[in-house]
Amino acid sequence: MGKKTTTSVRDLLFGDLWEYAPAPQSTDFVDLDDAYGHYIDGEFVDVGAEDSFQTINPATEEPLADIACADEATVDRAVKAARKAYDTVWSKMPGRERAKYIYRIARMIQEKARNLAVVETMDGGKPIKESRDVDIPLAAAHFFYYAGWADKLDYAFPGAQVRSLGVAGQVIPWNFPLLMAAWKIAPALATGNTIVIKPAETTPLTAMLLAEIIDEAGLPPGVVNIVNGKGETGAAIVNHDDVDKVAFTGSTEVGKIIQRAVAGTGKKLTLELGGKGANIIFDDAPIDQAVEGIVNGIFFNQGHVCCAGSRLLVQENIHEEVIQKLKRRMSTLVVGDPLDKNTDIGAINSREQYERIAELVASGEDEGAEKFQPTCSLPDSGYFFAPTVFTDVTPSHRIAQEEIFGPVLSVLTFRTPEEAIKKANNTPYGLACGIWTDKGSKLFRIAGALKAGVIWGNTYNKFDPSSPFGGYKESGFGREGGVHGLLPYLEVR
Amino acid sequence: MAKAKNTNRLDVYKTFKLYIGGAFPRTESGRYITEETHKGAFVANICRASRKDFRDAVVAARSAHGGWAARTPFNRSQILHRMAEMLESRRHGFEHALRERAGYSKADAGAEVDAAIDRLLWYGGWADKFVQVFGATNPVASPHFNFTIPESTGVLATLAPKDAPLLGLVTSFAPLIVSGNTVVAIVDHDHRSIAIDFAEILHCSDLPAGVINILTGYRDEVLDHIGGHRDVDGIAVFDATAEERKSIGIEAADTVKRVHFYDTPKGGDWTADEAQSPYWILPFVEFKTAWHPMGY
Repeated sequence: MGKKTTTSVRDLLFGDLWEYAPAPQSTDFVDLDDAYGHYIDGEFVDVGAEDSFQTINPATEEPLADIACADEATVDRAVKAARKAYDTVWSKMPGRERAKYIYRIARMIQEKARNLAVVETMDGGKPIKESRDVDIPLAAAHFFYYAGWADKLDYAFPGAQVRSLGVAGQVIPWNFPLLMAAWKIAPALATGNTIVIKPAETTPLTAMLLAEIIDEAGLPPGVVNIVNGKGETGAAIVNHDDVDKVAFTGSTEVGKIIQRAVAGTGKKLTLELGGKGANIIFDDAPIDQAVEGIVNGIFFNQGHVCCAGSRLLVQENIHEEVIQKLKRRMSTLVVGDPLDKNTDIGAINSREQYERIAELVASGEDEGAEKFQPTCSLPDSGYFFAPTVFTDVTPSHRIAQEEIFGPVLSVLTFRTPEEAIKKANNTPYGLACGIWTDKGSKLFRIAGALKAGVIWGNTYNKFDPSSPFGGYKESGFGREGGVHGLLPYLEVR
Repeated sequence: MAKAKNTNRLDVYKTFKLYIGGAFPRTESGRYITEETHKGAFVANICRASRKDFRDAVVAARSAHGGWAARTPFNRSQILHRMAEMLESRRHGFEHALRERAGYSKADAGAEVDAAIDRLLWYGGWADKFVQVFGATNPVASPHFNFTIPESTGVLATLAPKDAPLLGLVTSFAPLIVSGNTVVAIVDHDHRSIAIDFAEILHCSDLPAGVINILTGYRDEVLDHIGGHRDVDGIAVFDATAEERKSIGIEAADTVKRVHFYDTPKGGDWTADEAQSPYWILPFVEFKTAWHPMGY
């Protein structure tokens, strides 16, 4: 009789036997315009003589809408509107009144949650279960949380007097479009600043729906201005002389350009940049839970997460077991139509990102790492990438150093806690890390030694508006969320 | 007991060297700056620190960082307190130096020493309190224990104020080391010797070697080297010029360094209350947030 393992008894790989029946989220109630311009000074500005571009559904490659591309003149109009709104209305309004406007936005996001979730998934490619259960509820929660601060700022920082800064210029990424807008807009409004914000060019639609909400909520014209465009538009915001504060979430490469651009201008700057998070699994960890944490850490949102646990550090003596269980778990992941409620991994956000992932995966194979992808059928159209894990990775491999921003995990091993700490910190980034162990003292010791702004102990990829988020080292500076998330938008004396 | 005699005794000049890694080396460059009193009398040939001296100081500061950050806040607090004690017992020497070399009045010299002592004591007290004031437990909407604590950023360069040879230096490092940072201080004004006199205070205050390193020289000479140094995590700048704000900001971006330009108090009065604040600690801490599930 062959060797029997307990794990084989528990194997129930339904995916091999039956397909899930389709569970499509309906889209018939979604009513998008053919084209979107900007939202400036309380007016929806049509696509005019400026350049425009298409935003597409990355799961089908079909166009969703034409989007205007703001030039310097348009950005200047938006900044002027924000300045006027700051000087005449918003900076003078009592905090308790500002709060009520922000509460209105929160409520309206909840009211329109399903519509926002569907559009988020159509425009960005993320699974509907994530946009519905994570992105949109968290966006609403963020507005709720910061609304409450608007009239309590005097209690936030003991002994200090606080003041708003003026006009905030904000540039956000495509991985959590509405949520990132909420992270930027909510604290800026609560602290009494006015805003010019640019959504990412591949995911502008929920920002335009947010503009409609802001309009319905009756915010004074010019308090929030949303301009669409690409990199040049973002540069025009960052470089505008009358912007007092710049907040950017995106790549470290662009973050450095922005840091140089604002040097000597006196603009206050916060950067939330890239990461190469280590997810550390010790041999005393609950392995099955850890495997769930690994999957959540790297495959959540197709791995388009700056704090993704993209480097798995496994203690050497459990490497085989963890990888075996991980591979089995990966084979149950449903990759495909983001609008299907069963889908775990949706579409890669854009062709450009797909190609970047493919290029880095090829480099992993070229450099000698061992690639594994479960057999799964990918849709014929759209940008889909099978979940991927690399073993036999060395710290010098590109896939161990560079941010892939896709569903690709690089596995390294370690023997001692000291080695795990060293390897985890061996990167210019410092955004997030995970630690899996059953021993509390070890967890706290490692958490203290890791150079990262967020540490998830026996969990991963958890977010909350009351919890500060942001990086060490080249992952940026400043925090978003919590009382600390007020600091970037205030002068504290 | 010695008896006073009416002789013309020649006094002994003191050699002022750099302070790096708990030692007093000469500058590797062999260069010097002749320092004079406010009346033009010779004080010393002071070391003119080079870029290499800066790099050596960063190495010392880096190797000191782990240990200093790992000290208990209570212990860091005790060491700042010890500095205050050491300065108090040597206050007459500093008052004398401020009057003779820098041209202070008796009252002003006393006021600067008083403020320097009190400031060390004041920041020392923050070492085991700022974490409580600026940390948080966060009421997340899920079954997790979630808290945020400030930690030191790492190795910092500080460009000390151009006035107040004693108090300016104290003001430029005290809010930085309280949290566990280590520091390379660049001193560039007409009375650099007083900074090196102060290094002797540090040297007998149980401060671990390399936590504070002091280089006398010219800001301009080392400036672009600071921003471009990959092992410097942050730059604290006092009395910055407009050009410095721009050039430091640009250089710092290469490694996303933290940069903070501290406000000069009104009238350059570093004894003012506005020249010390727990909020002066914050530009060079990193907030770390940890999550853990709660359950059985």
